[in-house]
Amino acid sequence: MSAILEAEGLTKAFGAVTAARDVNVSIDEDTVVGLIGGNGAGKTTFLNLVTGYQKPTHGTIRFFGRDITGMPPRRITRLGICRSFQIPQVFDSLTAYENLLVGLGIVVMGRKAFVGSHLGGGTPEEAADEMLERFHLARYRDELASVLPEGVRKLLDIAMALAVKPRILLLDEPTSGVSADEKFALMDLVLGAIRADKVTVLFVEHDMDIVRRYTQRILAFYDGKVIADGESASVLSNPEVRRLVVGEAAPEEEGLHAPG
Amino acid sequence: MTTSRRTTLGLGAALAALALLAPVLPKWALFLVVVSLAKGLAALGLLVLMRTGLVSFGQGLYFAAGAYAAGLARDALHLGDGVLMVLAGGLTAALVAALLGLLLARYRAIFFAMLSLAFSMILYGLLVKTPALGSTDGFNVSAKSFFGLSPASGVGRYGIYGIAALSAFGAAVGVDRYLGSHLGRLAPAVRDNELRVEYMGASVRNVVHLNLVLAGALAGLGGAVTALAVGHIDPEMAYWTTSGEFVFVAILSGTASVAAPFAGALLLELLRSFAYEHAPNTWQLVMGASMLAVILFLPAGLWSVFARKRRAAR
Repeated sequence: MSAILEAEGLTKAFGAVTAARDVNVSIDEDTVVGLIGGNGAGKTTFLNLVTGYQKPTHGTIRFFGRDITGMPPRRITRLGICRSFQIPQVFDSLTAYENLLVGLGIVVMGRKAFVGSHLGGGTPEEAADEMLERFHLARYRDELASVLPEGVRKLLDIAMALAVKPRILLLDEPTSGVSADEKFALMDLVLGAIRADKVTVLFVEHDMDIVRRYTQRILAFYDGKVIADGESASVLSNPEVRRLVVGEAAPEEEGLHAPG
Repeated sequence: MTTSRRTTLGLGAALAALALLAPVLPKWALFLVVVSLAKGLAALGLLVLMRTGLVSFGQGLYFAAGAYAAGLARDALHLGDGVLMVLAGGLTAALVAALLGLLLARYRAIFFAMLSLAFSMILYGLLVKTPALGSTDGFNVSAKSFFGLSPASGVGRYGIYGIAALSAFGAAVGVDRYLGSHLGRLAPAVRDNELRVEYMGASVRNVVHLNLVLAGALAGLGGAVTALAVGHIDPEMAYWTTSGEFVFVAILSGTASVAAPFAGALLLELLRSFAYEHAPNTWQLVMGASMLAVILFLPAGLWSVFARKRRAAR
């Protein structure tokens, strides 16, 4: 297994607040990694830095060994790093099908710019329908995104990120706003859909049962630092993690998220 | 049948109707149709911008640029055929839009509207102060030939009518195809959520810039057609009231169909003609009241009447 994503000495300061302190992480290809931590611990900041939405104060980010620090989100997306959002970012005046077609159309138009992307021989229209099937969204195909229930918008948001054929997908709280008894079914669906393409997944999550069940590895954040990084069971039994993260892990909204 | 093919067929039928009507229409009506088609072209450009989430109060700039370019194409470049003059108008306006777009594409909402207005007033000021272009008087424009044929006296207006109809048809079909394409679909995506467009791998600024050029080219075609029809151009074409009229037409029409701006422009011209004839002192009041009625009762524009009917029929 080779490293798909590496962060080295990643630091981000907003004035007096430091949202990331010397984060050093190396993610292996074809794994599922959980990001845990309390509110304001720096999980979403980490996603924002990796995807280029924010530029780090110090440090470098590498994707398959290539330095991507400071690139804008569209270039990073084209290289193969995509993300979904805690608050679904969809195109309200388009149908679910058209929402997927936006991304697939961009892939087709910029075939040269997207690294290693192809739609498996099919047309973007076929790929959009295939993606709707995969996320069990086919019956919402021709509904405007603005009238879809929040849970469906959430799935659509993730499907849109997967549609542009990433190598690694970063999910920001895929289960937030979903009732406790639906979370496992949702994660089964989402991870099943994503892992069918062997895409590496990094996801932010507050529910420790979800994290324990679906991840092979966990990064625990506290006060902008990674306080534990390793195999899931060992991180979850780490005394410091239990005290600082699990003990106070409340399923609340994270303070720093991408603007909606 | 796809919506795109249905639109093309509908537009083809409209073009055929225009051709059949030509011999029976009186002179004033021919002129009115040509002017409506020309304004419809500029309003079609606004439709593209509105789909992208932008309203420009400065399309008069490209309208005037197209008109002056058409005039200069004959006077300076000896391109005297009406078709070439109109093409020169559209191309020049597109180039101007490409240049100004470098700055305009960075702005949104009221800032975009005001900056586009400011640019158009700068052009107005320049034209007024340029004696070589006739200052406030402008200059006369006429085509030497149409489609390579020298017009016998009195037949020239059919040449202009033909160019206007074909330009409008071509532009409407082209814009409809564009809006239905992968590239065109990015316009509403940008309007809805710029952040997500960037996160899907496309450049928002490039999308806005491209649509600015397209809207500029369409206004330029409209300006050139107007120049041929009126036979005269002056700086008023760049004045803000001209731009305001395009916004008026665009709102009156709505953004539901590429045919709407032409229907809206024709309605506006008819309304103005009749209001002017029957209420010469208060015709602006009639125009204002009709605008108010559209905004109150048909907020999505006149074309939404058809859209509603179609939905009800389904």
